[in-house]
Amino acid sequence: MTEQMTGAQALVRALEQVGVDTVFGIPGGAILPAYDPLYDSTKVRHVLVRHEQGAGHAAEGYAQATGRVGVCMATSGPGATNLVTPIADAYMDSVPMVAITGQVSSPLIGTDAFQEADISGITMPITKHNFLVTDADDIPRTIAEAFHIASTGRPGPVLVDIAKDALQAMTTFSWPPVMQLPGYRPVTRPHSKQIREAARLMTDAHRPVLYVGGGVHKAGASAELRELAELTGIPVVTTLMARGTFPDSHPQHMGMPGMHGSVSAVGALQRSDLLIALGTRFDDRVTGQLASFAPHAKVIHADIDPAEISKNRHADVPIVGDCREVIGDLIKAVRNEINEGRKGDYADWWKILNGYKQTYPLGYEEFADGSLAPQYVMERLSDIVGPDAFYVAGVGQHQMWAAQFIGYERPGTFINSGGAGTMGFAVPAAMGAKMGRPDATVWAIDGDGCFQMTNQELATCAIEGVPIKVAVINNGNLGMVRQWQTLFYDERYSNTDLQRTRRIPDFVKLADAYGCVGLRCERPGDVDATIRKAMEINDVPVVVDFVVHQDAMVWPMVAAGTSNDDIKYARDMAPKWENEE
Amino acid sequence: MSRHTLSVLVENKPGVLARVAALFSRRGFNIDSLAVGPTEHSDISRMTIVVNVEELPLEQVTKQLNKLVNVIKIVELDNDQSVQRELMLIKVRTDSESRSHVLELVNLFRARCVDVAPDAVTIEVTGTTDKLGAFVRVLEPYGIKELVQSGMVAIGRGARSITDRSLRAIERSA
Repeated sequence: MTEQMTGAQALVRALEQVGVDTVFGIPGGAILPAYDPLYDSTKVRHVLVRHEQGAGHAAEGYAQATGRVGVCMATSGPGATNLVTPIADAYMDSVPMVAITGQVSSPLIGTDAFQEADISGITMPITKHNFLVTDADDIPRTIAEAFHIASTGRPGPVLVDIAKDALQAMTTFSWPPVMQLPGYRPVTRPHSKQIREAARLMTDAHRPVLYVGGGVHKAGASAELRELAELTGIPVVTTLMARGTFPDSHPQHMGMPGMHGSVSAVGALQRSDLLIALGTRFDDRVTGQLASFAPHAKVIHADIDPAEISKNRHADVPIVGDCREVIGDLIKAVRNEINEGRKGDYADWWKILNGYKQTYPLGYEEFADGSLAPQYVMERLSDIVGPDAFYVAGVGQHQMWAAQFIGYERPGTFINSGGAGTMGFAVPAAMGAKMGRPDATVWAIDGDGCFQMTNQELATCAIEGVPIKVAVINNGNLGMVRQWQTLFYDERYSNTDLQRTRRIPDFVKLADAYGCVGLRCERPGDVDATIRKAMEINDVPVVVDFVVHQDAMVWPMVAAGTSNDDIKYARDMAPKWENEE
Repeated sequence: MSRHTLSVLVENKPGVLARVAALFSRRGFNIDSLAVGPTEHSDISRMTIVVNVEELPLEQVTKQLNKLVNVIKIVELDNDQSVQRELMLIKVRTDSESRSHVLELVNLFRARCVDVAPDAVTIEVTGTTDKLGAFVRVLEPYGIKELVQSGMVAIGRGARSITDRSLRAIERSA
């Protein structure tokens, strides 16, 4: 099909052709030509957010809940720079996203024109790729390429910056365009020799661990992972980005590793003789001090991004490929081993691991004054709301409690900002998740610090009919920072007190002002009823102000830069490892 | 640390040099020398990048470069299996007495005199890093007024071409 139209019309048509149904954004001068045909589109719903950062995180939430590419749109200059944080966030967590920004007209580029910012230059190090389009004829092809790059290989954000005159110019639209990406060839098929070698190591190992990262769910491979785990009997740890990829209730699940991981997961990694690392990147929050991470382990490392392999930790068996194909091939290779009479024996290993699980389960302190423990709120949410909901966390203590004390049984049901650690992620990302999966229950779990960074999107939720639920874990402080001040800065609480006693703002009144229902819960005895009440309200967003004790801390903890071996399961309480032999 | 010569075929598009330079800067890799120019194919430019790194960081350099969408192909050129050249222009102070000595050195190094003034000559010389270094050292006593040097360019020895297969890839997608 070939048709004469403006660049802006070609943009909207191209978005329709690649299957976009939702765009989050805010119009402005340079992008204005695109908003005119967007007004007429019956296929693309544009959601007018209140801040471009909200648009970006909403696109991320949408992408993570649906597995499709999330789309956000902004104008030039400050509109575009407000997208920088969500773009960086999407880059760190490999979220497929396309950001479309207007740019000043091409003759003005480079003249410091009104609302001009070199957004392709600014986002060069935080995008998988980006484009500056100055010719209307290039718009359809560039959109096709952007969606292809964002969604294939290791997913990531792609920015398309389009000059205003390109949007206004006439062009001939034809679809599908021919992509011109001679340098883009992601490898998805693993090498069979490496797979056989990996299977052999798994059979020979005495203390293997499946170290599972976010790449396994992104590859849609959680069913295959379970099959591999059950076939081999190897224990599984799921990183922050992989919570739910392997069911928490499964007896082979050891918990989350890392700085706030469970003793059983951290201990399993540290004492392992073989790590089977799948779609994970040996992040410093998992490894602790790198030199002392899993010191006795050989490493099988499978990832779709070759640059992750042997970046932080040498891989004895590197496997480049899509995790679904890798795990599928590993299952076959292990079956071959078993058919030849070779099967791994991990009975002694399980004795040790079960000892860790029994001796050091996750726990928390309750407060004698009858005030609310945040972990208790998570446990009750988990029980009452259940594993079919999406839980979308911000960043800080509440995020870690949400990762620890909610039971995840389904892949992708925990959405959070892992790599970038972006405070304010939860509310807009929950909005995006709910728009992508309108039938699902979506709970944002936020801190009072985070919540005040992006809660303006409650207005968007109320107006657009997006009934998310927000649990504000209100401890009146920048809690994670306060925890570090408690532990490492002699309890000198410099600039972490948000002055909760004055109730500025009052979150219940704030919810009301935004057209949402506001609830408050301050006592353990009221938690169940409050959650149930929130669950009954499905026509408007609900904000629950859970007023929790400010001294609650996240445990276990591996202090930054120290060895995983020095994990504490409570303040000054180190596990005893010597009962393992 | 050791020096490695990378030949990087990239799409001939705006901003590619910035992407490569930004990548080196962000990941903390040092560039010893960088030269960019056209190739026999108008859609492809070729960068010759000399990096000074250990083996493992070199692997990271090439992997990260390969992730750039505009990078088509990377080949490490072995010193023995390739021809490597740099170009240098040097302005040397001369008078009627020293000029002939300098010109003698120019001949010895198979360099060329490209401009003559009453009190200076400008010399063009090409060669390997070592040869250019040696040439500079013998000229220093006369007084070097100005010196400019290109990045290194390099090409593999023998009949094979690193662009062959990449060219086909471009034609396929065009």
